[in-house]
Amino acid sequence: MDIMRFLPTLLDGAWITVQITVLAILLALFMGFVSGLMRLSGVWAVRAVASVYIEIFRGTSALVQLFWMFFVLPFFGISLDPFTVGWIALGLNVGAYGGEVVRGAIQAVPRGQYEASIALNMSKWLAMRRIIVPQALPAMVPPWGNLFIELLKATALVSLITISDLTFRAKQLNDQTFQTVEIFTLVLFLYLAIALVITGVMRIVERWTGRGLARGGIK
Amino acid sequence: MSEPIVRFENVSKRFGETVVMRDFDLDIAPNEKLAVIGPSGSGKSTLLRLLMTLEQPDGGVIYVKGEPLHHMWKNGRLVSADQKHLRKVRSHISMVFQHFHLFPHMTAIGNVIEGPIHVLGMKRAEAVARAEELLDMVGLADKKGSHPSQLSGGQQQRVAIARALAMQPDVMLFDEVTSALDPELVGEVLNAIRKIGREQDITMILVTHEMGFAKEFADRVIFIEGGRIVEQGPGAQVLSEPRNERTQAFLRAVLG
Ligand SMILES: Nc1ncnc2c1ncn2[C@@H]1O[C@H](COP(=O)(O)OP(=O)(O)OP(=O)(O)O)[C@@H](O)[C@H]1O
Ligand SMILES: [Mg+2]
Repeated sequence: MDIMRFLPTLLDGAWITVQITVLAILLALFMGFVSGLMRLSGVWAVRAVASVYIEIFRGTSALVQLFWMFFVLPFFGISLDPFTVGWIALGLNVGAYGGEVVRGAIQAVPRGQYEASIALNMSKWLAMRRIIVPQALPAMVPPWGNLFIELLKATALVSLITISDLTFRAKQLNDQTFQTVEIFTLVLFLYLAIALVITGVMRIVERWTGRGLARGGIK
Repeated sequence: MSEPIVRFENVSKRFGETVVMRDFDLDIAPNEKLAVIGPSGSGKSTLLRLLMTLEQPDGGVIYVKGEPLHHMWKNGRLVSADQKHLRKVRSHISMVFQHFHLFPHMTAIGNVIEGPIHVLGMKRAEAVARAEELLDMVGLADKKGSHPSQLSGGQQQRVAIARALAMQPDVMLFDEVTSALDPELVGEVLNAIRKIGREQDITMILVTHEMGFAKEFADRVIFIEGGRIVEQGPGAQVLSEPRNERTQAFLRAVLG
């Protein structure tokens, strides 16, 4: 019995999974940084908008968000194809967690760094960009890495809105052949392989963001 | 007296229940070297932090070169300053902190050129040339490529002084800049400050516990307690022949 005959179909699915993961990660990073920085704004309304976003997307399940965007949005005249709904819903969901990661890491930068920036007459934006965020990045990388792995696993949900991702293909093959053990073992390893790539990339990013700070260690 | 470069007018400041300053008045002349002494919690840091806009006054106005700092004129009335006004007036001032607060992700020279390039809009080559001069002046020409974590406390503080000076301020604030240093490193930092005082046309306000340095360096010493000026005058008078009994008690306690 050659289990490798399932591989081409599963790899097709894995490719969809990878595409959705990458697009959702990019959206999550964007939403995470925007909402995290907005939570730190001096303007009440700006903070409020970010809080509403973060609470809604953390407080409801990714599956419900996916279904809502796929089945409910059309009633408001917005019909998106399943693939687009898939990565946008997951990106928004993970971005909400990312917002808290960004905010936490930025708040952990010592107060003296803000004060030194003011003593150099920097604008708030310049201080964020040049002084605060570069020091906050190394602390953000590991939690972002965890979120990306969670995101990868959550992509299995998109099979429920008719996207032929890895999980969708696996179920399809299983229904046709009933080779359950072979198929799902293969699927397991494929997900693991993608997760290991994410972990590896995050290691590199971690080393890269820590470059300046690591020299001689922080006292 | 010529126009003061800094004027505190009726300034009050409290933190919750704690009143740190009440109706505080102080004029500082251009180029003056002013030492501020007083017991812990008397409001010395608050005085500097108000002037650096790290704190907002609850009442009164602080003027820098005749312009209100935390306020601006609008239809003949003083209202809260917007960011633009704040940054314009704040450009005259820079500050050195007790704990240095160097940027750890930048080298020594990176710290010094950061403000000139990104805030003053100076060309990189020019900023580097000036930073090298400044680091040379504080005796750190050979350390320009080092990161703060590779420098001693005294060296870090001298980089911080060069960084503040690179902003070409008219007024420089020093908040107990030698208090966090091992005793053997205090001298090198005080020497750097002496040199700046000699070589530059710059107003300096120093909060310090180094009474000997204050006496020799400052044009005027003010002793504050409870957010009020209790006694002021030339160092030789305030520190050697204090008239107020609270000044006397404080100096007895510090000098032992
Ligand atoms: N951010 C703050 N929140 C609450 N209270 C504060 C704050 N900053 C200062 N204070 C209080 O204000 C008073 C004056 O503080 P300040 O730091 O100006 O004193 P200081 O003269 O610099 O003292 P030290 O010699 O210990 O540095 C103190 O009672 C202090 O506890
Ligand atoms: Mg103090």
